[in-house]
Amino acid sequence: MKKDIILAGVGGQGILSIATVIGQAALAEGWYLKQAEVHGMSQRGGEVQSHLRISTEPIWSDLIPQGQADIILSLEPLEALRYLPWLAPDGCVVTSSVPFRNIDNYPDIEQVYAAIKACPKHVLIDTDALVKEVNAPVQAANMVLLGAAIPMLGVEPEIVKTGLEKVFARKSEAIVATNIRALEAGYEYAKKSQ
Amino acid sequence: MKQILLGDEAIAQGAIDAGLSGVYAYPGTPSTEITEYIQLRESKAPQGIFCQWATNEKTAMEAALGMTYAGKRALVCMKHVGMNVCADAFVNSAITGVNGGLVVVAADDPSMHSSQNEQDSRFYAKFALIPCFEPSNQQEAYDMTRQAFELSEKLRVPVLMRVTTRMAHSRAMVVTTDEPRPQNAHSLPDNPQHFILLPAFAKRNYADLLAQQPEFIRLSEECGNNTYTKGTDPKRAIVACGIGYNYMQEAGIAQGASVLKITQYPLPVALINRMVEDGAEDILVAEEGQPVVEELLRGMVPSSVRIRGRLTGALPRMGELSPDCFVAADSQQPKAKADFVLPGRPPSMCQGCGHRDMYTALNEVAREYQQARIFGDIGCYTLGALSPFHAIHSCVEMGASITMAKGAADAGQYPAFAVIGDSTFTHSGMTGLLDCANCNADVVVLISDNLTTGMTGGQDSAGTGKLERICMALGVPEEHVRTVVPLAKNMEEMKAVIREEANYHGTSVVIARRECIQTLKRKARK
Repeated sequence: MKKDIILAGVGGQGILSIATVIGQAALAEGWYLKQAEVHGMSQRGGEVQSHLRISTEPIWSDLIPQGQADIILSLEPLEALRYLPWLAPDGCVVTSSVPFRNIDNYPDIEQVYAAIKACPKHVLIDTDALVKEVNAPVQAANMVLLGAAIPMLGVEPEIVKTGLEKVFARKSEAIVATNIRALEAGYEYAKKSQ
Repeated sequence: MKQILLGDEAIAQGAIDAGLSGVYAYPGTPSTEITEYIQLRESKAPQGIFCQWATNEKTAMEAALGMTYAGKRALVCMKHVGMNVCADAFVNSAITGVNGGLVVVAADDPSMHSSQNEQDSRFYAKFALIPCFEPSNQQEAYDMTRQAFELSEKLRVPVLMRVTTRMAHSRAMVVTTDEPRPQNAHSLPDNPQHFILLPAFAKRNYADLLAQQPEFIRLSEECGNNTYTKGTDPKRAIVACGIGYNYMQEAGIAQGASVLKITQYPLPVALINRMVEDGAEDILVAEEGQPVVEELLRGMVPSSVRIRGRLTGALPRMGELSPDCFVAADSQQPKAKADFVLPGRPPSMCQGCGHRDMYTALNEVAREYQQARIFGDIGCYTLGALSPFHAIHSCVEMGASITMAKGAADAGQYPAFAVIGDSTFTHSGMTGLLDCANCNADVVVLISDNLTTGMTGGQDSAGTGKLERICMALGVPEEHVRTVVPLAKNMEEMKAVIREEANYHGTSVVIARRECIQTLKRKARK
């Protein structure tokens, strides 16, 4: 079993929390993991990505070769497109449909959606609507997205949940519960749309 | 114990487990997390670990040298360009030698993710004639940090640990020891002259260092960190350094070839000779950064052996490596792509940031003059070069804003503004301001004081609460050290203050002070 995942978004959206939760799940399963992330200047509202690799076999590279990612998991639709060269021919794009417009030349959103829908496998998910549905704050959009990716991760939902609990435990029980609701909402949505 | 650690964290944990007594560092991407990790854990160390941020890399390096003088183990961490700042202390620490173990971590940033150049710190190790480690994965980063302290103490020289962005900022499982080594006791050097670099003594030390070089090479050959594997087709050979080894393996180009993996320098001459004796005719050098090993090999193998790498164009000359660099374009996987050109999303200053209001005021005043020039510096406010401000005309290295403004003013430039952050000011701006004050240079220095080291994530800033007194003590008249609060509601007052100081033909300082909104938010959450 090996999954190569590109996490994408805009600095500050919380892609690293997704990586941390998947990392905890991988640790619990006894798998190998490598996760390259971006710190520093690019975090200031710019494009950010993280390469996350989990595998039952040892992993060489911290970076995923182009054309090999099983999943592009993006918190922003335009950012999902930026990493298409990494997507494997049978890979899946899982992205929030909610645009983050902090640039003047943001393209026509319909054009962005059309490019995502042109990918053979894709899940386009309105994370804003789903967090509202489960009465979670907008910051929990990352966990909605992670939930939507569970069917493709090859990890049992319960193990992801345990990972989430571990990661958010130092905050508060209420925050754990909110994020679990967001995760479940994403998972249910992905199951329905498959 | 098994845990998921960043490369930086693995180094930090390795240092703690090696009996570290002090970490000395100035924040800089991609090295910052080493010191932050130790700061979070030092209270658990039985004797504590000194871990307060230093004012700059030079003070860090010197303090660490002082700690090793007193017999204890010290770690110095910085980004690659920090090596330039501490170069004097670093190079001479190889001549004084050390008493307790001294490990210097330089985190290089190929591809310039968060930097102004791509310099390769392995040059510094060669320059200073000391051993250098370059781990290829997080486990090695942990293990080699512990080894580096042992080696430093045994050889009595500092050891350089070179990592690059991907090593520093990538996580993996690391197995750590359950039995950390205790800290060294206080002890003074046996030879009282060793740390006195008078020419007469320094010559002796330097001769000793030169005499140690064959031993450093022997250790590189026999330590186990450099491994040579003869291939079934030994005409083809690959020399892979640090994480270049992983990319090469990922790309699957090693089959049949002889492989020499390098993670410790100086280069293992005997292993290179064996590779050539085994029939190597074509050597590909996979190294992250500049073609250091590729150039060295040219003087070590017969000229009939073909050497390929970043210098010959076999691999890209600039930017970081990836597995894709090793796969010919025509044999790569088919790649998907959007059917329209994606706009970039450059980083920008946060909404509500005080630097923004400072630039709005400064830009408006600058426009009142025919040819105002604004010399910038290193920090979040460097982003003032981009839309919508397009404010600054230079950004070179830490502290250059003030001294470049001075030089331009000396040449007749008027008005000459310098924009510098509070942490950069104390790092390397203060001496430049003294130069300005001593000749009353016609410059306006704007210190954009957000009370933190912002760009690297909000570390303590050395001059917090002291800036006015520092400027006055350096010789700027009290009436020309002005303070404003950068907020939209204060715009007219800010402009008036900047204009008055621009119209004053002498050295003046305007401090625009408002807390970083990121650190403010973090405090509110606690």
